[in-house]
Amino acid sequence: MAIEEAGTGVEAPTIVEVSPEDARRVNAERSIERKADRLLQVRGLSTHFYTPDGVVQAVDDVSFEVDYGETLGLVGESGCGKSVTALSVARLVPNPPGRIVAGEILFDGINLLKLSDDDMRKLRGKEIGFIFQDPLTSLNPTLTIGYQIAETIREHMGLPRKAALDRVVELLAKVGIPRPRERLNDYPFHFSGGMRQRVMIAIALSCDPKLILADEPTTALDVTIQAQILELIQTLSDEFHTAVLMITHDLGIAAGMCDRVNVMYAGRIVETGTVDELFEEPKMPYSWGLLDSLPRIDDVRGARLRTIEGMPPLLITPPDACRFSARCSYARDVCRTDEPELTARGGSGHLARCWGTEPGGWIS
Amino acid sequence: MDQLTVPTAASAALRPHDAANLVEVDDLKVHFPIRAGIFKTVRGTVKAVDGVTFEVKRGETLGLVGESGCGKSTIGRAMIRLREPTDGTVRFDGVDLTSLNTGALRKMRRRMQIIFQDPYGSLDPRMTVGSIVSEPIETHHLASGAAKKERVAELLRLVGLDPKYVSRYPHEFSGGQRQRIGVARALAVEPEFIVCDEPISALDVSIQAQVLNLLTDLRSRLGLTYLFVAHDLSVVKHISDRVAVMYLGKVVEIGPPDQLYSAPGHPYSRALLSAVPVPDPVSERKRRRVILKGDVPSPVNPPPGCRFHTRCWLYERLGKPENCRTIDPPLEVLEGSHRAACHYAAEARKTDVGIAHLDTASVRRGTPDSALALLKAGKALEVTEAAVAAAAPAADTGAPV
Repeated sequence: MAIEEAGTGVEAPTIVEVSPEDARRVNAERSIERKADRLLQVRGLSTHFYTPDGVVQAVDDVSFEVDYGETLGLVGESGCGKSVTALSVARLVPNPPGRIVAGEILFDGINLLKLSDDDMRKLRGKEIGFIFQDPLTSLNPTLTIGYQIAETIREHMGLPRKAALDRVVELLAKVGIPRPRERLNDYPFHFSGGMRQRVMIAIALSCDPKLILADEPTTALDVTIQAQILELIQTLSDEFHTAVLMITHDLGIAAGMCDRVNVMYAGRIVETGTVDELFEEPKMPYSWGLLDSLPRIDDVRGARLRTIEGMPPLLITPPDACRFSARCSYARDVCRTDEPELTARGGSGHLARCWGTEPGGWIS
Repeated sequence: MDQLTVPTAASAALRPHDAANLVEVDDLKVHFPIRAGIFKTVRGTVKAVDGVTFEVKRGETLGLVGESGCGKSTIGRAMIRLREPTDGTVRFDGVDLTSLNTGALRKMRRRMQIIFQDPYGSLDPRMTVGSIVSEPIETHHLASGAAKKERVAELLRLVGLDPKYVSRYPHEFSGGQRQRIGVARALAVEPEFIVCDEPISALDVSIQAQVLNLLTDLRSRLGLTYLFVAHDLSVVKHISDRVAVMYLGKVVEIGPPDQLYSAPGHPYSRALLSAVPVPDPVSERKRRRVILKGDVPSPVNPPPGCRFHTRCWLYERLGKPENCRTIDPPLEVLEGSHRAACHYAAEARKTDVGIAHLDTASVRRGTPDSALALLKAGKALEVTEAAVAAAAPAADTGAPV
């Protein structure tokens, strides 16, 4: 099919068609300054919330890595700990009631949990950018967007007012906001949802961060606007060679945006692998259930959905068992008495937490 | 009855009632005045629904998709007269709802119900599950005393909740369970027609599937007719017998999902389809998103001609033909019952824009065949007493969380 020239996804010709693969290829050879083996290494992270009802073990012994320039997906249902994991990395867990009780977070060679609050503040916004779900509540309604973006730049890059505003105009153009100089004095309510999310992306990228934490960045948006925003995150993270930790409940977004995916369930990572490993040969009944229960646009209609019965366990007193065992159609006695470890499944980095699919297990 | 509900001139030219149709909507318009200033003078009109004609056949599920603000929820509400139409008619089983007085309307409402999106906001937190479900029974004097109690228990069982929790309050239940309570309440008056207004969008993936299956089962068991309003094209395809796509207050395409999704005639439908993420990295790599320029225009002042032409990729590609800017295209038949409102639907259908990556022939699901075989052979579960005891309390049979 002959289709018009692919654009940058920013300044809009009416039809822009960029496949994720094209976008990735462009940046294959870009060089980056590496200060460590991996950009982000999270080891044994546990974040608990101390509530009147008991200690909620929201994130329990979670370990993962994000390479420079890589997009890692964190998928799971509400309450599985994916957002708390991201907040922990940014050290933004509200305390009280929350506290990081164990673990190590190495970012570009720096142990974040040992940094002073002051040093952490300098890092946030500069080295780590944020895009949250709801752009209306994450922008300050009483400040102009020009001021809000410039604030980050002046704080972290020490640019004078004038130069900072020039940079803001450049960023707004980059994220596809038409007539950026005229929009500097507008307030967030002047912008639509999609436009506000573009402003958030401009703030996130304002100081050339090495990592962007994107927590459900498109959940509040319509599907065509979602496509615009995902395209933008992908194009810009490739252009700036920024790594992205993409938190989403939407497996479709994970399949399209991520290099690797972690599936989380009840505070634990239950499966991790490249997108291809995970979507072609998932090795954990929870991942199967998630994929099976989705109505799909590429499916013939009418087939009954296979569902996961029941609900996730409470995280106050998680059972000493596979946390999915109570809902699993394949569970045996061992699943209810011992919790499996994350162990290798064939591929180099493909790991799953399941007795049944382990080599020699009863599900081949 | 106020002036708005008086049947208008439009109803003179109504198509004849067809007994196969449960609901017939003709040239429906719902406009909201914008008032401003100290005298609250009308400064403009939001044309939320602006001339829509379709029908819902008995026993079918009609899916209504579109983005926020396109008017889909307003249509759902106008169809059971929770909103007064500005113009046009809604006929239920041949009776014009806009002509009914309050008493007659209440009797008619027994036959049509609605399930709302937000399972938190749509249940009164001060009422027990039992009183929520029995309220419509009382309103319509359907049963009382022991018979009412028995009916409530039966309804709860029907939606997969344990009747012993009738005296619990909504906050004790999870989102999925609350949505089941909302379904039970809608079913209490034995309706024929249910408007499902985004019934699963507030729920988690695995819970969505449970509620979708429940709605499908209830439809076949009770012979219900649904209008299923949603923004998720995958969900709508799954549950609907016919799908209508809306843009800016108009239906731009309508037809059976298999035709509409495999050969859409409206460029907007193609843009929507291209934007839906597919949980398969292979399809995702093949996907070419049609990025629509800018945001949806304001329904206060919709563009002249075809409302989509300001963002239309086909309009650009065809060299901006004049009739797109001047003539509002009507819904025209493409094949069978598949209709689209585009002057150049035939051109759109010659391309594979928006659908090239969709391959219904080889959809990869989660559970591998070997595991499915285990399940089939009954060898997946080791059934011991301990297993039965452990599994029982976890099932979503209505235990409050």
